[in-house]
Amino acid sequence: MPYIPHTDEEVQEMLAAIGAVSIDDLFDEIPDALRIDGLDRVPVGLEESAVSRLMQSRAATDTGSVSFIGAGAYEHYIPAAVWDVATRGEYYSAYTPYQAEASQGSLQLIYEYQSMMAALSGLDVSNASLYDGATAFAEACLMAVRANRKTKSRRVLTTRGVSPLYRAVANAIMAGQGIELVELPNRHGVVDIAALAEHAGEDYAAVAVQQPSFLGTLDDVDALCDWASANNSLLIGVCNPLSLAVLKPPGQWGTHGADIACGEGQPLGIPVSSGGPYFGYLVCRQPLVRQMPGRIVGRTVDLDGKPGFTLTLQAREQHIRRSKATSNICTNQGLMVTAATIYMALLGAEGLRRNAQACHHNTRRLAAGLSALPGVEQVFDTYFHEAVLRFDRPLEPVLDALADAGIFGGYPLGDAYPELGQCLLVCATEMRTADEIDAYVETLGRLLSDSRAA
Amino acid sequence: MHEPLIFEHSQPGRRAPGLSEARQSALNLPAAFLRGDVPALPEVSELQAVRHYTRLSQLNFSIDTHFYPLGSCTMKYNPKVCNQLAMLPGFTGRHPLGPASHGQGFLSCMYELQEMLAAVTGMAEVSLTPMAGAQGEFAGVAMIMAYHRARGDDARREIIVPDAAHGTNPATAIMCGCEVRELATGPDGDIDLEALRQAVGPQTAGIMLTNPSTLGVFERQIQEVARIVHEAGGLLYYDGANLNAILGRALPGAMGFDVIHMNLHKTFSTPHGGGGPGSGAVGVNQRLAPFLPVPVVGKEGDKYRWLTETDRPQSIGRLSAFMGNAGILLRAYIYMRLLGAEGMRRVADFATLNANYLMARLASAGFQLAYPRRRASHEFIVSVKDLTRETGVTAMDFAKALLDEGFHAPTTYFPLLVPECLLIEPTETESRQDLDAFVDAMVAIRQRAFQDPEAVKAAPLTMPVRRLDDVRAARQLDLAWPVEQSA
Repeated sequence: MPYIPHTDEEVQEMLAAIGAVSIDDLFDEIPDALRIDGLDRVPVGLEESAVSRLMQSRAATDTGSVSFIGAGAYEHYIPAAVWDVATRGEYYSAYTPYQAEASQGSLQLIYEYQSMMAALSGLDVSNASLYDGATAFAEACLMAVRANRKTKSRRVLTTRGVSPLYRAVANAIMAGQGIELVELPNRHGVVDIAALAEHAGEDYAAVAVQQPSFLGTLDDVDALCDWASANNSLLIGVCNPLSLAVLKPPGQWGTHGADIACGEGQPLGIPVSSGGPYFGYLVCRQPLVRQMPGRIVGRTVDLDGKPGFTLTLQAREQHIRRSKATSNICTNQGLMVTAATIYMALLGAEGLRRNAQACHHNTRRLAAGLSALPGVEQVFDTYFHEAVLRFDRPLEPVLDALADAGIFGGYPLGDAYPELGQCLLVCATEMRTADEIDAYVETLGRLLSDSRAA
Repeated sequence: MHEPLIFEHSQPGRRAPGLSEARQSALNLPAAFLRGDVPALPEVSELQAVRHYTRLSQLNFSIDTHFYPLGSCTMKYNPKVCNQLAMLPGFTGRHPLGPASHGQGFLSCMYELQEMLAAVTGMAEVSLTPMAGAQGEFAGVAMIMAYHRARGDDARREIIVPDAAHGTNPATAIMCGCEVRELATGPDGDIDLEALRQAVGPQTAGIMLTNPSTLGVFERQIQEVARIVHEAGGLLYYDGANLNAILGRALPGAMGFDVIHMNLHKTFSTPHGGGGPGSGAVGVNQRLAPFLPVPVVGKEGDKYRWLTETDRPQSIGRLSAFMGNAGILLRAYIYMRLLGAEGMRRVADFATLNANYLMARLASAGFQLAYPRRRASHEFIVSVKDLTRETGVTAMDFAKALLDEGFHAPTTYFPLLVPECLLIEPTETESRQDLDAFVDAMVAIRQRAFQDPEAVKAAPLTMPVRRLDDVRAARQLDLAWPVEQSA
């Protein structure tokens, strides 16, 4: 029997010890009307080799394309050591480190992760991670509403450069508590700082800005940060952690720095893998730590005065506070954080900087090549590693034709940004070779001129 | 064994392999956007990093190394093949926003997983997007609220939660904007039906139940509970934390539940990963189907595609940027294909056999059961309160002493209503020999508690650290290296 060690003889002896005749007897407290004989609509079990063949063939169905999509999930090279070590059984098959003495490995690793995220963001304190970037944004907004002592406002003013997917998730999560996002208009792909004047004197628990924005552009975060603090709002920065190796980190924005930063941890050694599992990071200034959701690891000493690590500030959490907790969150994304910590240790600040620069230059090369084609123009000049291109025709047939040629051309922006109809968000990470970039330009050129001729 | 922090291995200028300097040039951006300092990340060689994180891993207990009878967590063996196949490059390399036409292999797995999970729970439809049990709970309660709202039944804002429930249940209800009413448990571990009749009314949105309950017993009056709640106009939410106990033996849908979340990291053996990622797929009956979180995988002819807000305008919306913990869902799919219908029933059979055997042996060795006249489900509760009174040795001391004996501790002090309790869940993948060895260890600790209680209270002595100063951890916060110098 797969994964079940019992011999027939052992089963009989165990039943005898219980005082039961059969395994069926052990279910005699379930009312007869509810007991079933078996499961319909579930196939029979397969041998490991058969499942292996099945999955190999399904995985093969989805391979062979070259992707130029970013939009919140980025394909980066992951050194072999990362997942080789992260999937060791001692990490992979451990539970939440509630028994600290038997979990020092996971706990110390999380402490190191927290230290690395604090260093990258320029803020004081990190939690042990949340589910993904979108839920980290939602939790950051909820945290700001709880933490802002200067206002009882249940509104968060957000740029439209915050990922539309994150805003959708935050709305779904916050709706029940009556907390809403108010959107600032975009101008040339960034917030129009002059338009902020309309909101002066209004109550907002926080102002949220994504840097680089979903469109790849860069906002005047210093001005936004100072405006927020002048209006008694906290400032939430949403950042791609890779960008923090080269861009000014939230802790250094404006006069006082951002209060909270969050984002998607996936670029730190996690494969794109259809959208998950990833992890969300959340960091803040020290005075806000008691309003932070999720697990936090602290360093302390044991009975002999020897340093050790433990979960701390647990009075914030659901298993202690129940209905008064800061969040219902129970898990972090421990395994993902394990991989990300090893990834950051291997790359260091210098490795991250090199990757960030390579992504920037690859995307510039791609955008320059594509916008040289007739019918394609570049929309914004200043961007990190994603560029917006406007086409002179509907995108769907173009993207379909590209996909048939083995190229995922980018993310169409029209649904989320009606003002950017027929616009495409493209990204070329350090994974894309010069040949792949050139092939995209050449293929698109051929497709556009063919359909023009037709 | 002490392993320094990775930062303490660091030397300025040391590097692991990566992109060569030749490909570099500065960013083409205004200086105002750029970082002036260098973030303080470690600078180590690849070997240093590999050795450091390998050594750290060796400080952990895990299923692969130790019996881990942590009640309510279902720490069963995670088959290696599930990880290996989910990590195939075709799956890990697929971008979440790639066209569905080029993701039919992945989408077919997700569609079939939805169908299988609906079948094993007796529900009509499933959404895979919730990323953990707590998010599944959130989805469930949000759907219940959306259902009442769609009917104009806005006064229903109260969620009933038994006092034995997981802490996530009341915390979830609050996140959904509901009020929480606690419900007492009767002396035999079943719900107090009279208290339930008193609790329900026009304010009742629903009830959140775990069955078998967190007390390790099957709620025998579940059909009557369902009748009372439904007649009052409320809906029933099933917390799937203990689904392992009844897999292939009973269907929550048939018990009267309207919505269920499943902890795929428990019942379907996806890894716990040191505390996540989890996966909290939700299943619903027909009346809640329009409210399921999106995206869901649909099938038209032989093609699979995403169903989104356009297809499901009443959806409670999105709970993750993309579609949840896809790679974890693949592991659950692989596990279900390996086991099949018969294998799933064996899960409940042998988890229940192991729990009842362990309970019987501990009882005959003199341990006090919380519910001695009940069958164990896949877990059961021992209370050491008499021992505590006689010797001062607590459930926590017992837990720490077990670590020295080479066993991970059971869950302690949960559920809250049983004093000095140990919630023990052996799972189906443990052998009789390992269960017997655990009994021997429990008996030895108990004897030591009578002979030399201070020795038990000093445990653990063989772990990398002794008991930690939690008070200091919370008062003198040290949450990052180097130590922050603020409040």
